[in-house]
This record gives sequence, structure tokens and C-alpha cells, in this order.
Amino acid sequence: MSMSMFEGFKFTRLNTPMHRMDPRAKFLMVIVFFTAAVIFSNIIVLLSALAVQIPLTFLGKAAHRWASSIRSASILASLIFLMNFITGSPLTFSIAMAVRFLVLVSSFSLFFMTTSPDDLGLALERLGIPYTICFTFTMAVRLVPTMAVDAQRVIDAQKSRGLELEKGNILKRVRNYIPILIPLIVNAVRRSVEMAEALESRGFTSTKRREPMKVLTLNRIDYLAIVFSLASMILLIYIRLYVSIPTFDIPYRIKLF
Amino acid sequence: MIEIEGLAFKYPNGVLALDDVNLKIGEGEFLALMGENGAGKTTLIKHFNGLLKPTAGVVRVDGLDTRHLSVASLSRKVGLVFQNPDHQFFCETVREEISFGLLNFGYPRHMIEKRVNQVLRMLDLERYSESSPFALSGGEKKRVALASVLAWNPKYLVLDEPTIGQDALQKERLRNFIIQLITQGKCVVVVSHDVEFVAECKPRVVVLSKGRIIADGPAHKILSSEEVVGRGSLIMPQIAELMKLLKKHGFPAEVIDVYTACMEIQKRMSRGP
Repeated sequence: MSMSMFEGFKFTRLNTPMHRMDPRAKFLMVIVFFTAAVIFSNIIVLLSALAVQIPLTFLGKAAHRWASSIRSASILASLIFLMNFITGSPLTFSIAMAVRFLVLVSSFSLFFMTTSPDDLGLALERLGIPYTICFTFTMAVRLVPTMAVDAQRVIDAQKSRGLELEKGNILKRVRNYIPILIPLIVNAVRRSVEMAEALESRGFTSTKRREPMKVLTLNRIDYLAIVFSLASMILLIYIRLYVSIPTFDIPYRIKLF
Repeated sequence: MIEIEGLAFKYPNGVLALDDVNLKIGEGEFLALMGENGAGKTTLIKHFNGLLKPTAGVVRVDGLDTRHLSVASLSRKVGLVFQNPDHQFFCETVREEISFGLLNFGYPRHMIEKRVNQVLRMLDLERYSESSPFALSGGEKKRVALASVLAWNPKYLVLDEPTIGQDALQKERLRNFIIQLITQGKCVVVVSHDVEFVAECKPRVVVLSKGRIIADGPAHKILSSEEVVGRGSLIMPQIAELMKLLKKHGFPAEVIDVYTACMEIQKRMSRGP
């Protein structure tokens, strides 16, 4: 089991234009990518949506980790391609579906790599979501790397007791993960109970109104990003509805049924 | 013998955790690995059973290069007991938990039964054999984790922080148990921060700091050396501290355990003031 997948979603504190951007503006950008990926099945559009993100990852000094998350996601993407292709979809369309998945993974990876969980929580609060829910969400995001470390420890411990994950047929291989999953789940539940007790001991939810320590403010670049994102969104929807874009099609398909 | 030559290890994130480590651990030897947090102790022991493979250098177990062997095959020789037992329990009973390794290594049924009963007795766990491992206390869990590795009788036993969460009585028992294993010819490596525990065991001590070995020698020499203790972010055992203060009265410097200290004091008392 590879932990490199998590690397591409882990926040690293850096000072880059992408990190400085307001989480709300950044999230709007993600939504634009998301919409593009969902409403189009044209391979040219999807590939461009992926390509546009590459300079952004360099801007956020995260290109290397982004590449690693794309690499890990490629395994699932190839599965998506295969499933489409063997069930009779044309070749180009099957590739497009795999690329669609990569666009989604890529945009979320970019967002999480450059947005601190704290800022994310603040942004949710500013959007009027109750504090306890924001807090739970922030906590969940923050615990992902911790869980990844835990998982590695469990794997090491079980391998040291002779567990061979890659041994046996498909069914056996799935069963091999039981000794990994049970300690992980038990630990996660235990940790959450301990965390709840610690939080209550420190007076969590004792007041209704909370004053945030840091107030999120939108600067000029954020406004620019928001305007640009909204414009792109309108453009995308317009193109989808009224413009026919060229695409190359390899109508090759396999017929099984 | 475990032979380590010029071992360096770099984590994928670029951190150099071990740098030019050279070490030989003989059969039947008792060795304590000490050093500050992040010194590379756990990284080093993970090389013993092949969980980590060297970035540079070689690790050989009984002459076999770990790079060419699977963790499973190395684990039969090198039993690694991790710090936190909660990272490995998944069975409904202690008995099943202890059988897990034996099943993986393909032991026959009747042998498994025999081995499990044996380690249950050895570690005073018989009455918990049908309990859930999750329901045990911290100290008992540690013992089950130890039993679950000891079950297949590995030649080398590596314990990561075995004294954490153990009360004084359990520590004493653990110490006696380790000494018993040594006399049976097993090699035991203990990773520990607990200077008092190590001082009473008097093993060979290897001190790591920032991924390098900074000292290697018998416990009474290493733990009474102010220089080594300082560089390794350790503290001296209380007895060594006491002996240091009494130095001007002619007490020897390299005493770290209660028994030897008592002998020294008695020697001077019988001589009179």
C-alpha cells in the first residue's frame, strides 16, 4: 500500500502566491475545474483543464508532490479507462473518462496542498457553517497525515510478524488487509474519543459566539481570481450549451456483448 | 551475527536518518541502543528485518544481505517488537493474536498450540489467553505483543522501548526475563530512553546521535561518561551521579548500578572512617 497518495494532499507551510490566496477564492477555482471536468466529456477540453493546472502547481511550489499524487491516481484512472473500454465505450471516450478523474484529483490535490486546515475552517465559518461542523472538518483533514503514519506503523508491525500482503489469490489478498484495517479503525475510534474528552476539558463549545483570531480578507489578487473564475465558469457553460468544439475521435471499440 | 557496514538511510522526503553506521551484533549478545528522539534508533532496527533497505552500505543477518530477502523470511530470525502494541492487535483473543505469526510462517497446528501455551506461561499471560487483547492494561498489552513475536522463537529479539508504560515491578520482571533469554543464547537488542533500566541491565550500549554512532562500549563506561551522556542527550543514572559526587572520597567513577555501588560503600564502611 503506497502512502505517496497522501503526500499529494498534504499541506506544507510555504509562502507562495498560491498559499497566500484566500481559501474561498481558491475553492472557487477548484469548483471551476470540477465543473469543467463534469460537464465536458471532450478529451481536448479535459486535457486542457489538466494542463492549465500545471503552471499553478509550479506557482505553489508543489509540482513535485502534485506529480506524485497524479502518479498514484493513474492506477485508478487506468482502471476507469479499462472498465469503460471493455464495456464497449469508444477508445477516445474511455481515455477522456480517465482524464476526467485525473482533473478532479489534480484540482483537489492542488487545493489541499496549498491551503492550511486552519484557513479552510475559517473560510467555512465565514460561509455561515456552524463552528462545530467546521471544526470537525478541519480536524478530519488534519488527521489524514497522522492516519497515514499510523497505517505505515501497523503495516510494519504486521509484516514483522510474517504477514505477506502480496501473497495469494485476489480473495486472499483482500483478506490480508484485515490485520491492517482492524488496528487502524480501533485506533482511530480510540483517538477520537480521547480527543473529544480533551476538547471538552478545555471548554469546547462553552460559548455560543466565537471571535476568530485571524480574519480572512480578500486582497486584489483574490478578487482578480474570483472574477476570472466566475468568467471562466460562465464561458464554460456557454461553450457547453451553444458551441460545438472540435475533437478527434478514434471510434475504435471492442465488442464483447 | 548482524553485521552493518557503512549503512546510510535517506527517507523519501530527503531526511538523512542514518549516516555511515558500522556495527556488529554477535549471537547471545545483549545490546541497548540509546540516543535522543529522532537519532535514528527505530530506523536502524527496521533494517534488521528488512522493513527498510539501506540507501547505501550493507546489512547482513547471518551472512545474508537483507536487500535480497523479504521481511517475512528475515522476521523468522529477527523478531521485532514495536513500541505501541495497539498498532498490531486485531484478533478476538490473546491466544489467536499470539498464533498469528506462527500461522504466517506455516507452523503445523499441534506445534502452534504448543508454542502458544509455552509463551503464555513464560510471560505470565495464561489467565488472559481467552481475553480480548483490547481489554488488557498497558503493561499486559506490551507482554502480549512480546509473546506474539517470541512465539516463533527468533534468534534475534529486538524490543523498541519495552519499558514505556510499565510499572516498577513489571520492569524488574522484564529485566529478569531478558537476562533469562540471554542465558539461553538469544541475542537481545533493546531500544530505550530509560537510563535507569539500562543501568541495571548492564548490557553493551550503543549511543546514536543525529544518525551516527557516537559511542559503543560496556554500560558502566558509556553511562558514566559525562561527555557521551551530554552528546547523546541522555542523563546519567542516579547511581553514577552519586558516585561522581563521592569521587573526592575515593569512590570509583564507573559504577552505575545499585549492587556494585552497595559493594563499594560496604568496602569503605568496614574499613572505618
